[in-house]
Amino acid sequence: MSSKIKEYPGVALHESDFAEKKVLYTTWEPNARYAWDTGVAIGRYLAELKRGHIVGTTCHACRRIVVPPRVFCEWCFRPMDEWVYLQDQGVVNTFSLCHVRWDMERVKEPLIPAVIEIAGASKGMGILHLLGEVDPTEVHIGLQVQAVWKPARQRTGAITDIRYFKPSN
Amino acid sequence: MGMRKVAVVGAGMTKFVRRAQETGKELSYEAAKMALDSCELTLEDVDGVALGTAPDAFDGVHMKGEYLSDGAGAWRKPFMRSYVGGGTGVFAPIQGWYHVASGLFDVCLVVCEEKMSSCQPHPQGAFLTIFDHTTERPLGPNLLWIFALEMNRYMQTHGLQKKDIALVSVKNKRNAADHPCALLPEPNITVEDVLNSEVLAWPVQRLDVSPVTDGAVALVLASENVAKRITDKPVWIKGVGWSLDSAHWTNRDLYYPKYVEYAARMAYEMAGIREPRKEIHIVEPYDPFDYKELHHLEGLLLADKGDAPRLTAEGVTARTGNMPVCPSGGLLGVGNPIAAAGLMKVAELFWQLRGEAGKRQVPGKPITGLAQAWGDLMQVGTVIILGIGG
Amino acid sequence: MSREVAIIGVGYTGFRALTPDVSYKELMYEAAVKAYDDAGVDPRSDIESFVTVAEDFTEGTSIFDEYVPDQLGAVLKPVHTIAGDGLHGFIAAYMQILTGALDIVAVEAHSKASNILTPQHIMAYAMDPVFNRPLGANPHFIAGLEMNLFLSETGTTREQCARVVAKNRRHALYNPCAAFGATIEPEDVLASDTVAWPLARLDISPHADGAIVVVLASKQRAEELCDLPVWVTGAGWCNDSFSLENRDWSSAVYAAKAGEMAYRMAGIRSPWQELDFAEVDDTFSYKELQHMEALRLCRPGEAGVLVEEGVTELGGDFPINTSGGSLGMGNLLDASGLARLLEVILQLRGEAGQRQIPDVTTGMAFGWRGLPTTSGAAVILSNGYEEV
Repeated sequence: MSSKIKEYPGVALHESDFAEKKVLYTTWEPNARYAWDTGVAIGRYLAELKRGHIVGTTCHACRRIVVPPRVFCEWCFRPMDEWVYLQDQGVVNTFSLCHVRWDMERVKEPLIPAVIEIAGASKGMGILHLLGEVDPTEVHIGLQVQAVWKPARQRTGAITDIRYFKPSN
Repeated sequence: MGMRKVAVVGAGMTKFVRRAQETGKELSYEAAKMALDSCELTLEDVDGVALGTAPDAFDGVHMKGEYLSDGAGAWRKPFMRSYVGGGTGVFAPIQGWYHVASGLFDVCLVVCEEKMSSCQPHPQGAFLTIFDHTTERPLGPNLLWIFALEMNRYMQTHGLQKKDIALVSVKNKRNAADHPCALLPEPNITVEDVLNSEVLAWPVQRLDVSPVTDGAVALVLASENVAKRITDKPVWIKGVGWSLDSAHWTNRDLYYPKYVEYAARMAYEMAGIREPRKEIHIVEPYDPFDYKELHHLEGLLLADKGDAPRLTAEGVTARTGNMPVCPSGGLLGVGNPIAAAGLMKVAELFWQLRGEAGKRQVPGKPITGLAQAWGDLMQVGTVIILGIGG
Repeated sequence: MSREVAIIGVGYTGFRALTPDVSYKELMYEAAVKAYDDAGVDPRSDIESFVTVAEDFTEGTSIFDEYVPDQLGAVLKPVHTIAGDGLHGFIAAYMQILTGALDIVAVEAHSKASNILTPQHIMAYAMDPVFNRPLGANPHFIAGLEMNLFLSETGTTREQCARVVAKNRRHALYNPCAAFGATIEPEDVLASDTVAWPLARLDISPHADGAIVVVLASKQRAEELCDLPVWVTGAGWCNDSFSLENRDWSSAVYAAKAGEMAYRMAGIRSPWQELDFAEVDDTFSYKELQHMEALRLCRPGEAGVLVEEGVTELGGDFPINTSGGSLGMGNLLDASGLARLLEVILQLRGEAGQRQIPDVTTGMAFGWRGLPTTSGAAVILSNGYEEV
């Protein structure tokens, strides 16, 4: 009964409580390591990235071409029908200019993550990637971009085989 | 439908603080104890416990529900922890609802806890691993990205300006000045303050964002016969809904939260609500970022698409407006201990509908309220509708 | 109970030590497709709600529920995760139908344990961060402590525990889906390396991968859709104290209380006589015996003797873990309880092949969440046939 309660529990600590060693604490760094099986769909997606291609799959029931590829259609709940090579270019669906790292430390040049709708896939089928070789103030939704690949010998079969996308032309 | 009626009969919460002295177990205990005390029940009266808490990586304990169980009052009792990311805080009372509505329980304690400060050097670290391990994590994403990407898409689609959105942050941080548990009450904050705050991930700025927080909230749910015995002011759970969209978030148009609409439609149908804009008197939508409140009001069908900023600008959503939104102060003002923040919204409805919200009380004796939370990869909507009478 | 609930479909993959050919999504998809086909339902139009069980650190993904809807046919549907055993998830689905608000609900559990490179460290990360973790011990010591007290208080021997291993791994030979079927002798178990005395390496169930999906329905929908519904007659679940300092080390209180709740609901007074068989958690060999006693499937101190006498083996009076249990099928993390339930369903439908127990009508599944928890859940099922 909010209006009747005088005092709520919970004690706030401050940085100084730690600096002055008023409170004790223990620390632990988890040793959590994994090797995820990529499976059929993402396994081939990565293998094709290594060869310099972006590949999707298509569902004949809903007529969608999707990327990243999957072996089943989440809308129709049936197996996908075909693999399709897509273009290594697309359109910026949305983007951000990120000035901080995950630990909130500021970075000098903003990182530009974007959802890029891949040409050749159905409308709205995007992937998460980064933009590069572009003035941050010039980036806008609808910008045409193309992939900048790592040299073939440096590719490992990873999403980072594409270094980033840059404005087309 | 002949469904078993379920009431909220008690609520408790800790202060929301940046870093709590209490452990997660102790926070859970404090909130649970207050909730039971508020309706003069003891742990012996509790048949089962439903816990909600978000990623284990915050507290730094694997299977953290098990770790928290005795603090949450579950010793030698049926205990389950449910989990839908940021949507958990409103899902936990839905979980409690089905415990009681199933007929298996008469009294169910619902506890939500989050101790984000345990995660060092920054709780954001816990969010690094929410992205797909193969196709996204190698790009080094952080949580701000998804908010920024969604916010940008929302603004672009409707032609909105940052100043249209900053009003939400101002409203909620001012509302929080009347909340005794609030971490960031700002009675004098202005739109300019928000617009001039540090740019984190454009269009997201520092004051668009709710703070990292520790805290816990608990509710006591009871079946109709028990509720009527212990209180003359039961607050009924009229409807519940939840919906989870595809994990392929880059394949969805982020301008509109369809999953929130689906969850809301499920809850409205159960509650027999046909015209939500007339029948919902008080709203606590999820507001971890200011634009999210607007986004969610639209998903809840309480505003036309792109029109929520106008309602805010015209004062409709003010505490004294026609449709008060986040009178608690929301996550932006009270704080955002993920799961506990969602349940705080449900507790706020409980207090508001009983007329016990003190300085935060909305005028006009509201009868029906709605709380909603959101989470995962911009993907899940959880909705609960509470009401008095009937 | 005002409303009855039945199982109308089940689907599962094979259970293997490694599954490098498929991703976890593809593994779950396989089980889901089979379950929906078995139930005769379309997930997109017929199933109203989905429950999955998972823990972030066994997946290596925070907020893992993000990644479940697509492969279950659950996109834009009510879906939520229970951070519990598969049986907890099953009971959550069961309660949803009991409310009367929903008629068909699916539950999913899976393991990709092979993808975890540091399983002992993950398990240790579940211990109390202040009191226990700094001791730096492999968490199997908790099982050693408990086993030692169980043996000394009940007079059960290590040999009897070893017989559980031999029994369950032999049962697994008759289960084409089991990963670890083998003909081994109790002596082999006793001769295996000591992990945390008295617990030896072969007393511990090895991890396996796999996925299971079960479809539940209200009575009305079940009778429309299904020729052989398996009815849920009881469910119970319970946690004892999490704290190593306060828990009851000698008996599995969580199992006793979960069992009592389920028996009460099912109207069972004498489980030994009223159940035909059971699948009970055997994450460690002694756990099968300890859980049998807690669940009143025998008198205190009697479980070891029963296994010695062959009562609990296939062909015995009260078969336990005909599936092979976790020792024979593999420890499937939080899917383990659903694997126990799967066997009960197959037996009650008469679909257990070489390991079919004749004339069964009622069986129980009991799951435990493993170290370091005290969390267990029990479900009692019946095929509705009259006892002959």
